[in-house]
Amino acid sequence: MRNAFLDTLFELAQQDERIVFITGDLGYRVVEKLMEQRPLQFLNAGVAEQNLTGLAAGMALSGKVVFTYSIGNFPTMRCLEQIRNDICYHEANVKIVTVGGGFAYGPMGVTHHAIEDLAVMRAMPGLIVVAPGDPVEARAATRALVAHAGPCYLRLGKAGEPTVHTGPIDYRLGKAIRLREGTDLTLISTGGMLQTAAKAAERLASRGVQTRVLSMHTLKPLDESEVLAGARETGAVATLEEHSINGGLGSAVAEVLAETLDVKVPFKRIGMPPIFSPHIGTQEYMLQKHGLNDEAVAAVLLTLVQARNPTSRGSVATL
Amino acid sequence: MNTIKEMPVAELARRIRRHVIVMANRANASHIGSGLSVADILAVLYGRILRFDPQRPGWAERDRFILSKGHGCAALYATLAECGFFPVQTLETYYQNGTILPGHTTHKFTPGVEASTGSLGHGLPMGIGMALAAKRDGKPYRVFVVLSDGECDEGSNWEAALFAPHHKLDNLVAIVDYNKIQSLGHVKDVLDLEPLADKWRAFGWATQELQGHDLGALEKVLSSIPAQPGRPTCLIAHTIKGKGVSFMENKLQYHYTPPRGEELPRALAEVEGA
Repeated sequence: MRNAFLDTLFELAQQDERIVFITGDLGYRVVEKLMEQRPLQFLNAGVAEQNLTGLAAGMALSGKVVFTYSIGNFPTMRCLEQIRNDICYHEANVKIVTVGGGFAYGPMGVTHHAIEDLAVMRAMPGLIVVAPGDPVEARAATRALVAHAGPCYLRLGKAGEPTVHTGPIDYRLGKAIRLREGTDLTLISTGGMLQTAAKAAERLASRGVQTRVLSMHTLKPLDESEVLAGARETGAVATLEEHSINGGLGSAVAEVLAETLDVKVPFKRIGMPPIFSPHIGTQEYMLQKHGLNDEAVAAVLLTLVQARNPTSRGSVATL
Repeated sequence: MNTIKEMPVAELARRIRRHVIVMANRANASHIGSGLSVADILAVLYGRILRFDPQRPGWAERDRFILSKGHGCAALYATLAECGFFPVQTLETYYQNGTILPGHTTHKFTPGVEASTGSLGHGLPMGIGMALAAKRDGKPYRVFVVLSDGECDEGSNWEAALFAPHHKLDNLVAIVDYNKIQSLGHVKDVLDLEPLADKWRAFGWATQELQGHDLGALEKVLSSIPAQPGRPTCLIAHTIKGKGVSFMENKLQYHYTPPRGEELPRALAEVEGA
């Protein structure tokens, strides 16, 4: 996803001189092309995220379309007040970009585990929050962010995520993408968990359970109508995120369901408990340890389907 | 473009102080000492230095001014009103329900306010972004940021201090309103900044110390920016908290307390007599 983002940004920067990319001294062997070929559109601000974010706002207020870039927690939490006051309150045209969302830097330790960023960013007024599901979505999201004049947060994985979308997608900020149709439950995924969602749905299909899979690439504004359609049409909803179950996608969807009077369906947030992980290891290892591999996700979904209202549509007779 | 340039700077400074005193009294608002210490700096900047058009606050070529010590806003509001950004009568609404003049500078509400501040340590990085954009776009505008001394405790300022000389932002001026008193005491007792000028110098800024109430000295220095080509300028302006009202000067109390009762005519009389 990181490479899809950077390649797309490079293309866009060649066409739009307002675009400026500011890194917090990260991006070895991936940002050099921009640095060398578009020097007036590149800046390494050093390891100083507060100044980086404040000056990004200042440049945006002077007509630039600014991307800030670093690993998970650094350009988000280290400079949160600069995001709130300097970017969001000034409606500055800054796109905050993180790489390594979730456990992409798993072996690096807890400082590099980014599992609260979506919750924190979602609380910022006026900030659009985007977590693409695969490289195809990452490319489309990059273009959409440039086209949107205002503050955005883009949470990327690292590199090497598989392409989940095999065909063209209709990518619009704030509109979920239906990856798979289903009648028995709706699984809403954000970020790089999309591949896991697809695999879990495949596992359930082999058991006769048809899962609707939504890629909720935009966490804010949330596509509430797709959430409610999923609840009404399939009778059960689960969320899947490489993030704390507090404050992220699960919370956002729960808020919509809880405030809709005529919807009462079994619901489950699948994600990280709100703790510092006691594990250290690769992303795959970390996800498996926290029950976020497709097999464990499918098992949780099965219990959810069994718990759902028997009068709602869909069939689990084959379970 | 605007008529404020024809007014004697001392008169503008006097008007700013008078407004600040009346505003604080009427609103029962804090931070009067900060407004009085920065009044002369603002008078020189707006009366002589900054290029702006009160009819077009968003004019692309304007010089940018950021009051990073947003709590000194009453003095900026008074200055902007005298410059014609909004009617002087509006100052009567300062800090009141429904006002466009809140207790910290806020761009959303007040014409002429470049950036919303109030949380300390934000103005200089934002100013750097504006200065860097001007450099990269070949635009002639300059950026002036006024910081408080207590604000220099914030680490973000030192990130910014490191950045601006490295990028040769000689279109950027930081002015420290060094009135020696911060929220809970004297700066030297709370968190000593000395040697402050040496610190900015060591970071690479063309740094000068001057008396922040010497209108002539302020105008002279600010008229020849950059002080050194290729370097941002830092002015350490030695000021007096509560300057202009003898019973407020150098008193921590007037970081909080407005003039009340018979203090109001006494304060105004001292300013008028200045």
